[in-house]
Amino acid sequence: MKISREDVLRVAELAHLGLSPEEADKYREQLDGILTYVEKLNELDLEKVEPMAQVLYAGSGDSHPELREDVLQPCDVAAPTLAEAPGAAKPFFRVPRAIEK
Amino acid sequence: MSAPTAWTVAGVRAALQAKKVSARELAAEFYGRIDRRNGELNAFLTLSPERAYAQADRIDAAIARGETLPPLAGVPIAIKDVLSTRGIRTTCASKILESYVPPYDATAVERLDRAGAVFLGKTNCDEFAMGGSNENSAYGPVRNPVAPDRVPGGSSGGSAAAVAAGLAVVALGTDTGGSIRQPGAYCGIPGLMPTYGRVSRYGLVAFASSLDKIGPFAANVADVAAVMSVIAGHDTNDSTSAAVSVADYAADLDKPLDWLRIGVPEDYFGEGLDPEVKEKVQAGIALLERLGCRRIPLQMPHTDYAIAAYYIIATAEASSNLARYDGVRYGLRVPGTTLVEMYRKTRERGFGPEVKRRIMLGTYALSAGYYDAYYLRAQKVRALIARDFANAFQKVDAIVTPTSPTAAFRLGEKIADPLQMYLADIYTVTGSLAGVPGISVPCGKTKAGLPVGMQILTPHFSESRVLQIASAFEKAGGFGA
Repeated sequence: MKISREDVLRVAELAHLGLSPEEADKYREQLDGILTYVEKLNELDLEKVEPMAQVLYAGSGDSHPELREDVLQPCDVAAPTLAEAPGAAKPFFRVPRAIEK
Repeated sequence: MSAPTAWTVAGVRAALQAKKVSARELAAEFYGRIDRRNGELNAFLTLSPERAYAQADRIDAAIARGETLPPLAGVPIAIKDVLSTRGIRTTCASKILESYVPPYDATAVERLDRAGAVFLGKTNCDEFAMGGSNENSAYGPVRNPVAPDRVPGGSSGGSAAAVAAGLAVVALGTDTGGSIRQPGAYCGIPGLMPTYGRVSRYGLVAFASSLDKIGPFAANVADVAAVMSVIAGHDTNDSTSAAVSVADYAADLDKPLDWLRIGVPEDYFGEGLDPEVKEKVQAGIALLERLGCRRIPLQMPHTDYAIAAYYIIATAEASSNLARYDGVRYGLRVPGTTLVEMYRKTRERGFGPEVKRRIMLGTYALSAGYYDAYYLRAQKVRALIARDFANAFQKVDAIVTPTSPTAAFRLGEKIADPLQMYLADIYTVTGSLAGVPGISVPCGKTKAGLPVGMQILTPHFSESRVLQIASAFEKAGGFGA
């Protein structure tokens, strides 16, 4: 067994995902199957292989050829952005209490 | 049932210029088709007639003034619902964004707007583009217009179905591990995944940022090229978009294929490939040989590891990208007494089962103590797969494979077993990991009448070549509209 029910609950907590007990059992089984399959990656000797961190410029030495000049540009999006926010109190987003009294 | 007119980009242009139809009449014709078929197919989630008719009227006014028309003037287009559209609801086929209306257009969408396209609406897909059957949509599955008891493929199933059913002339999809090519194959139309960085992703709702690409579906390769010419190119709003010049894709389409070297990786024709699919793709390769290509056998030794690497990388990136849906700034909020309780309840209610599964897998793969065993290992294997492609392209000009191991499967057939669903992505995820462009073109039908797709992959930024091969193939085989 690659992953326990406790692991599943811990991962769900890290991901801020509420799970029902049935979901926890189902995901444990499914993730176990997937992680067992992924063990294939251990068949390869990867000691001397560099991980691929760039899709197009691997090894070119120039990792960010497309960066633009750092110039101020107007970005007046506060009103339409806040219009989409649940329970916003302009000019702020509003959330439940984050720190206990 | 008599077949409705099969419109193409060139056909729309000619009809508008000859004043045989107005852009408004054409838009109305397509809304009529959608009215008749969408109840069954579920290809569209949201229609945007207000914006479509405004766009159409702009074109009709330009025609009345005798102006030169932009390249996609009056072309009715469908847009996958993971691309931001100003003033048009964008759900990502998720409950968590059920009523989200973006305040801006994605760059690809804005370019289509400027090119004169008419936005019919937003298409159904797997939730946050996660899936290969369109059954993971929170708004119900899409049916394959060729065989309504079967899936259209995914994740861009609504876009593929819309074009295949004649409910749009062209459509935008996105491809992370095969999500344009596979539904293109299942619905019997061409679909192109461009090079990583070729099309700006500004305004695309991110799934896996090192893999996501935007690309077109159309009824023929010439129309795919026409859309690509509009959406390709550098964008200062996306630092991953490439500052590489864009070719005139339409102009290159009719170049002869003389002596192109076509690599056929033997690893792609082994166990698990449906015999009828194999036969059609082999026949397709034989047709390319008759068109003047040379067939060269290839070894791509790390193919067998691609699915494992892909599903670790894609889910790890997804778990990070989807952390933003927390009920704070947009979308669904389920109240809670504390901030964390609100996050948990919002995400529990808002995400569907496949999205949760992938967030969990990705979170696990990135979590303390597992990073080296999973994510780092997968990134190293990705480097080996990219090297397989680089080595192959030393010897060949293009690689030809099946797009998918089978034709479209039945609705519900694979939904209970996520791993089986993932394994069906075997021929598409390799090119995704390498970042190269790839197209699926129709190459015939099975005895049951289901379309089969052939995949053509070429080196980075050689969209001209992949389109040229696909176009010549389509014309010679009589596979396009």
